[in-house]
Amino acid sequence: MTKVLMKGNEAIAEAAIKAGCRYFFGYPITPQNQIPEYMSKRMPEVDGTFLQAESEVAAINMVYGASGAGARVMTSSSSPGISLKQEGISYIACAKLPCVIVNIVRSGPGLGGILPSQADYFQAVKGGGHGDYRLIVYAPASVQEAADLVMESFEASDFYRVPAMILGDGMIGQMMEPVEFKAPKKRDLPKKDWAATGWDDKSRKKAVINSLFIEAEKMQDVCIELDKTYQKIKENETLFEEYMMDDAEVCIVAYGTTSRIAKNAIVTARENGIKTGLIRPITLWPFPSDIIKKAASKVDAFLTVEMSMGQMVEDVKLAVNGEKPVSFFGTTGGVIPTPQNIFDELKKIKEGI
Amino acid sequence: MAKVEIKTDICKGCGLCTSVCPKKIMVLSRDKINAKGYSPVEITDMEECIGCANCAKMCPDSVLSVYK
Amino acid sequence: METVFEKPKMFNSEKMHYCPGCTHGIAHRLVAEIIEELGMQDRAVGVAPVGCSVFAYKYLECDMYEAAHGRAPAVATGAKRVHPDNLVFTYQGDGDLASIGAAEIVHAAARGENITAIFINNAIYGMTGGQMAPTTLVGQMTTTSPYGRKSEQSGYPIRVSEMLATLEGAAYIERASLHDIPNINKAKKAIRKAFQTQIDKKGFSMVELLSTCPTNWGKTPLDSLEWLKKNMIPYYPLGVFKEVE
Repeated sequence: MTKVLMKGNEAIAEAAIKAGCRYFFGYPITPQNQIPEYMSKRMPEVDGTFLQAESEVAAINMVYGASGAGARVMTSSSSPGISLKQEGISYIACAKLPCVIVNIVRSGPGLGGILPSQADYFQAVKGGGHGDYRLIVYAPASVQEAADLVMESFEASDFYRVPAMILGDGMIGQMMEPVEFKAPKKRDLPKKDWAATGWDDKSRKKAVINSLFIEAEKMQDVCIELDKTYQKIKENETLFEEYMMDDAEVCIVAYGTTSRIAKNAIVTARENGIKTGLIRPITLWPFPSDIIKKAASKVDAFLTVEMSMGQMVEDVKLAVNGEKPVSFFGTTGGVIPTPQNIFDELKKIKEGI
Repeated sequence: MAKVEIKTDICKGCGLCTSVCPKKIMVLSRDKINAKGYSPVEITDMEECIGCANCAKMCPDSVLSVYK
Repeated sequence: METVFEKPKMFNSEKMHYCPGCTHGIAHRLVAEIIEELGMQDRAVGVAPVGCSVFAYKYLECDMYEAAHGRAPAVATGAKRVHPDNLVFTYQGDGDLASIGAAEIVHAAARGENITAIFINNAIYGMTGGQMAPTTLVGQMTTTSPYGRKSEQSGYPIRVSEMLATLEGAAYIERASLHDIPNINKAKKAIRKAFQTQIDKKGFSMVELLSTCPTNWGKTPLDSLEWLKKNMIPYYPLGVFKEVE
């Protein structure tokens, strides 16, 4: 396979096409407009369907309709638009519909700004929509990884019947890097005999794509079933990267764009005698708690770096469970941390140890 | 001779059918109630039935079937 | 003995939760009758709303979706785009279609989506206990217009059929009523024409069915039919508002 230089947003769209996604419903919002634009051009080339919906709300409901009909389908948006989709996402999760939702995160809250941030962690990982559900949340740190994870997300979503989210940020969406489209590991995917395709095959039950369970016991059963699936996902789908952790005395936890800036800071830190490593969550849900817990017995301190006021740091603290101090450094609003910022924090931590 | 079959136990006693019968032979029972506690519809004189099926078309619960 | 009338097979009316005299049952049956007469039970896919008819997916024996409130036209769009040969319809009340779903129905019609919307207009919110709807008449009492709807406070009811008929993508729009046999017969014909419009790929179709809500109108089922005839028809005239050849 040849490598192509592509913008992150476009690579995400192309990866979806390569993964067999033939339905895309979206709406314009900065900084992800290249995704619907690319899809509007590319979908007709592969006999797929692109539709610019009247709103993000309509788009997620079109996803509900198309996924319920058995198709591989994607939508994309950015923070405020993802807020609009929360109702639809909750319905999709309860109805056990596979799909991929891309969030190219911008700053917030509110209308916010159009520059990158990581302030949608809570929204992505702790619900966002109402009720007891989870999404498989992937956080790429490069255009290549974005393409890989998009293709992986369709497989995992179909396998578990759990919606998947790609949590990018404006940086990943807008930058251009070389990318090669490689097929993900093949899974033995179950048949979609639950889909509403028209009831011509009477050997199956009538398909009802639904999230309404008005009897309490039944609703509880549904949630318990979902939870069993989520446990399986935790056991089998957690992805992370360990970088220079063998002899680390300080462990940085960072994801996406921030992790790359952290890696630069680690070079400077090591040159200055601070043995620093990085644990980079690649799935934000399931969160790599185990590996962080293991690191807590070896390192002296943790530093969580995020482009937010501190969201993932809570999960780091939960994983560390009080064993070692966890500090936080963040910039937000579209302000990007610099390697110097992170190095300064590492110095403070080293002095404190 | 026309015949109307009434699924008495699903009748909700709404009375809509009684208003559209051209022969006025549909009435809500005065002395019977069904399993749901409603006064179901009864036919006063089946001989008069012309099998127009107005009653069945008006019934929201598909309580009535008509044969001729 | 020949059968003059039996309920359609795909209509599961044995345990419907609707109030006595609620015309939802008539509307459901007409939809089922037409789908069966067209021989399309195998390809029918319905989208149920949020409202009294939220359980429509239990009463119609074809593949069904339960949609979020107001979003049925968007869900139907997704379903129809994936399986364009299926007969995809939404079944929505006046809150679902004309209030929270106003954007979705307008845009489905504007896009000329080949879906059919069955719009149950009973000028009130039934399931939630009788609040004002966008189609509630001026002067009509509801739990959120206890003095009667005042136009200076909450404006005027929306005539959805007329409004959607202005859109190029709308191919067949008719308003019918369920208050007596001649009108039920006309309503059935309208539903047939609407589904045929979809089959012929002419664009968006909708049948608005004036319906009663005895419980929340505070009237007997029979009095409700009278109220509909006297009060709703003057404001919501019956007839075809759009028909594309």
